[in-house]
Formats: sequence, C-alpha cells, structure tokens
Amino acid sequence: MAAFVVRRTLGALIVLAVVSFITFCIFIVIPGGDPATRMAGKNATDENIANIRETWGFNDPFYVQYGTMMQKVFTADLISYTTQQDVVAEIKRGLPATLSLAIGAAIIWLFFGILVGVISAVTAGRWSDRAITILALVGISMPVFWLGILARYYLGPEKAGIFPNGGYVPLTENPADWLYHMILPWIVLAVLFIGFYGRVLRSNILDTINEDFVRTARAKGLAPRRVLVKHVLRNSLIPIVTLFGLDFAGVIGGGAILTETVFDLRGVGQFAARSVRSLDLPPIMAVTLFGAFFIVMFNAIVDFVYAYLDPRIRPS
Amino acid sequence: MTQQATDFTLDTASELAQLEQGPIEGRSPWYLAWRRLRRNIVALAALVLFVLILVACALAPWYADNVAGTGPNTTHLTDKVTVDGEQVDVISPGGIKTDPETGQTTVVPVEVMGPQLWHAGGKYVLGADTLGRDIAVRVLYGGQNSLKIGVGSALICTFFATLLALLAGYFGGWSDWGITRVFDLIAALPVILLGIALGAALAINGFHHFGVDIESGSLWIPTLVISVILVAYVGRPLRGQILSLREKEFIEASISQGAGPFRVMLAELLPNIASSILVFFTLIIANNILVEAALSFLGAGVQPPNPSWGTLIAEGQERIRTAPWLTIVPGTAIVMTVVALNIFGDGLRDALDPRAKVRIEH
Repeated sequence: MAAFVVRRTLGALIVLAVVSFITFCIFIVIPGGDPATRMAGKNATDENIANIRETWGFNDPFYVQYGTMMQKVFTADLISYTTQQDVVAEIKRGLPATLSLAIGAAIIWLFFGILVGVISAVTAGRWSDRAITILALVGISMPVFWLGILARYYLGPEKAGIFPNGGYVPLTENPADWLYHMILPWIVLAVLFIGFYGRVLRSNILDTINEDFVRTARAKGLAPRRVLVKHVLRNSLIPIVTLFGLDFAGVIGGGAILTETVFDLRGVGQFAARSVRSLDLPPIMAVTLFGAFFIVMFNAIVDFVYAYLDPRIRPS
Repeated sequence: MTQQATDFTLDTASELAQLEQGPIEGRSPWYLAWRRLRRNIVALAALVLFVLILVACALAPWYADNVAGTGPNTTHLTDKVTVDGEQVDVISPGGIKTDPETGQTTVVPVEVMGPQLWHAGGKYVLGADTLGRDIAVRVLYGGQNSLKIGVGSALICTFFATLLALLAGYFGGWSDWGITRVFDLIAALPVILLGIALGAALAINGFHHFGVDIESGSLWIPTLVISVILVAYVGRPLRGQILSLREKEFIEASISQGAGPFRVMLAELLPNIASSILVFFTLIIANNILVEAALSFLGAGVQPPNPSWGTLIAEGQERIRTAPWLTIVPGTAIVMTVVALNIFGDGLRDALDPRAKVRIEH
C-alpha cells in the first residue's frame, strides 16, 4: 500500500507539471499576436510597448517565460496582466465562496441523490419510479446557468421574494445571512447531480438485487429492510464513492464557474471567467492549476478509498 | 426509459419461435435491436421530437422570409407592426411623460414587444429583443449553430476517441501507455475551465499553426474545442471494451489466419463496439449542446452577433426583468433538444444491448 501511495502521488505531480505547461502553451502559442500590444491599450507608443515587453519578460524565449511564471506561482507573487492584482491573494479571497458552494451543494446532492435512487429502485416500474426518472432526466438536461438565472429572478426579491438577489456573505460575518444567500445556488447546482446520482444508484441497486449474496441474505430470513440497507445499499454505494470524489473535485476545480457567475458569488470560478474575458494569462494559469490540483488529488484519494473498500482491486 | 431492467425482452430464440410459429431464420443483432427499439414508444417519440427540431432549424431561412419577414440580425428599433388590426411599436419609446392636468411627471420605461403568438400574423411569435430583432427567427438560426456544433463535435470526438481506443487496445504496450496518459491528462483539466481558456484564446486571432487556418469567428473553434475536451470521456470506456475483446478467441483466430492489424481493428473489433459507439454518439450530442451553451454563455463559444442558444441566453440574462422571454425561449429549446436526445439515447442503449451499462460521465 505504501508503494502504491508513493507512486500515485508522484504520478499526480507529473500530471500537474504537464497541465501547467499545456495551459501556458494555450495562452502563449495559440493567440499569436503580442500580449504587450494588447496590454498597452489603443493609444500606446512603440516605446510603451517595448517597455512592457521588457518588464514582463515577453522577449525571453518561451521556456524561460514558463519557468518565471511557475516560480511566481510557487512564491505567490503572480500578478495579473490587466488589473495588476495579486493572483494568489485573489484566489484566496474567492476560496470561501467556492468551498461554501461546493460543500453545501455536495451534501444536498449526495443526500437527495441517494434518497431518489433508493426510492426509484425499490418502487421500480411503479409511478413513483417513472416520475423520478422523468424528473431526473429533465434535471440532467437543463443548462445549470439557465436554471440559475430563472431561479434567481423568479424566486428573488422582485417576484416571489423568497431568496436574495445573488451575492455572497462570508460565513464568519453573518452565518444566518450566509445560509440565506447560499441556499438557492446550492439547490441549482445540486439539481443536475441529484438526477444523475439517482439514475446511477437505481441501476446499481437493481443489478445488486439479483446477486447471489442477496438471495442468501433473504433466504436466511433477514428482514427486507435489513437486506436493503446492510447488503444491497452497501455494495451499490461503492461506485457512488468514486463518482462523488471526482464530481466534488470537478465542482471546486471549475465546475462551479457557471453557478458562481450567475449568482455573483465572487468565488474562484467567477474570477477565472472574468480573467478569460480579458485574456489575462496569470489568473487563468493559477486557477487551472488550482482546479487540476483538486481533480488530481481527489483522483488519488478516490483510488485509496476504493482500494480500502474493495480489496479485490488493490493494485499490484 | 419506460422499460425496466427487470422486464426486458431479450428476444431469445425460443421466444421468437413462439411468436413466429415454426422454425425461425437467423436474425442479425441489428434487426433484433430494431425490434426492441420499435416497441419503445417513448424513445421513438423522442427521436421524432429531435428530428422535428432539426427540420425546424434547417427551415430557419424559409421561416425568416415567409413568416417573420425579417432576418436574424435585422434590427427594428423604430418599426410598428399590426397586432389584431392595431399599429403597435416593436420597441415603445420610454421617457418622461407629464400629466397635463396635475403636472406630475412619470418615468415610462422602454418596453420591448413580448410574444405575440399569431396575433401579429407570424411576426414576433416569440417576442422581440431590445434591438427589435425577432426572437423566433434568432432561436431557429441559433439552433442551426448550436446543432451544427453539437453534432459536429460529437462526430469528431467519437471518431478520434474510437481511433485512439482501437490503437491503444489493439497494440497495447507503449501505445496504450501513451494514449491512456493523454486521456488522463485531458481528464485532469477542469472541463469548463479548459473550454473557456481554449475558446477565449482562439477567439482573439483564430488558429494559424501547422498549416491550418481558422478565422476567429468560425464555428469550427467551439466545435474543435468541445471535441478535444470531451475525447477522454468517450475514449476511456471504449478502450476498456477493446482491451477485454482483445483477449477473446475470435481475435486470436483472426490473427492466426493471417489478418493484419488493420483488418483485425476494422473488421473484428470495430463491429463489436459499434453499438456502444452509436449510443455514446447520441448521448454525447446532448452533452455537447450543453457544453456549447455554457461556453457561449461565458463568451468563449459562438461569437456575437452570430446567434446560438448559449449567446441568446447570455443576451437575455441582462434583460430578464423587462423581457424574460429572451431567456426562457432559447433555454426551453436547449432543454427540449437535450431531453429528446437523452431519452432516445437511453432507449437505443436498452435496444442494442439490454445488459449494457454504458454511461457518460460529466
């Protein structure tokens, strides 16, 4: 197990290094043109542009530029091209909102996803199962930002008056207000996953029910509820663990961009969306690395948990 | 969708014999699948809905000329249209009005024409936007772009995913190692983040490398970006299937009869994963339409004034207070299309292989 952990961690580090290089290439090689000209604005003199080029190191060969940028990421003095803000500080500022959104939504989607999946599987073929299946399908098929826009307006202060009109209040400042502002974004983000998890769990349970060990459990006279919870559900939930780890990382690492933008939560994702519009390389670089870090880390964690839950797949 | 995992009819030989009374001819798996699909009314209805949406979007120019009488980017800021015999402003001018008796002034907001259905004789059926453009026309033209990108990127994505999966699964060793690492790498990048990064970078000057020239406003940019970011999600499960097929006896038999790599890949492996590819293709179109909408919404997909369902929602978002139909109409178009594709994809999977567990991860 120790060797497995070490190898998996090393692999993750290499992936992160390559990811950073790819992101760098996307912004240096693809756009062409001259970042200095873009930064200098419309009425810049040649001298201005040359100055910018010199200070920001655009004259260096691209591998030197890459090295400098990575160094800045690790020493936390990466600075935005357009707003001159400290990128790492900006990410730190956005992190509470992003984590609030991701963790809250994850709890909701895990709870309701499992509930919906179990109800659906237990009543398979009956109207409740049909209704859940249809609702789940519509949930997966909705663009999350569209649902968010409609929910924010129609449930917001101008129409139903149930929820506030977007925005984020820090938990440390006012817990009640934080909750009040977070509920709607949580639900909107969770809707997609509830439908998805419900469907996956439903088919897992229906597969497990036909296994021999379930028949044995029934045959020895266990109560149906006990068979369902202790035998069927426990085995059906293993794939959900994997799925959850990856989805949770995906949401922190960029999946929440749309929800954050629509509800104006000013999290890490919204910061990335703003930077992309102005083609500001350093923030995007940092946020992509930040996202990839979560995804790679959770990938590894999922592998460890999986190996723990199911000893058969422990890698050789 | 309506069929449950427990009550599938698998069309076993004995069952067919009962139905057809007497000895039965051999049926191809595709025929059996078609028989199963034919009985799934909901899936067929979903297919019909998707085809209707395709046809409606294809007929956008005809609709624009003959029904709405205006193009997708034609503005009508000062025009009037006849609604139920009355002349009404498309955009009513706002301003400050003074009551002649009391002298009180009131601010009258600018009002945009809402959905008229057929009251305006086919004009503004689904309302106007703030520039007086006909939303019905724009949604149909936008649908053309969204569907082109959705179907196009699904084609490209599935093609390369299949190719890479075949190469990795057949040759194994270094080629498998390399291709799996590429898949891992793409999957390690956050999907939407990679999408907007690529989309935004390409939107500036287009792509002019390696002898390929794509202009910045081209629909190829979102199409290719989406294909790249989702290739791992199709490629990984296909590779897994090929790896297990590779160990089967019929492959060994084929190789021992002197079949080369190409023959084994195209004539032996490909037909065996064809049903999975077909299901993936259907479901990935649905997924890609959602990704396109997200990228365009964030400004990294289709570039305005070229409409797509995503850009239309982005334009509508700012006007949700005064003109909610600008947001509701294109969003409904997306939901209808994606629901139809998902239902049909599910039905197709059940029909092609009732025991299969293919699914697409988000």
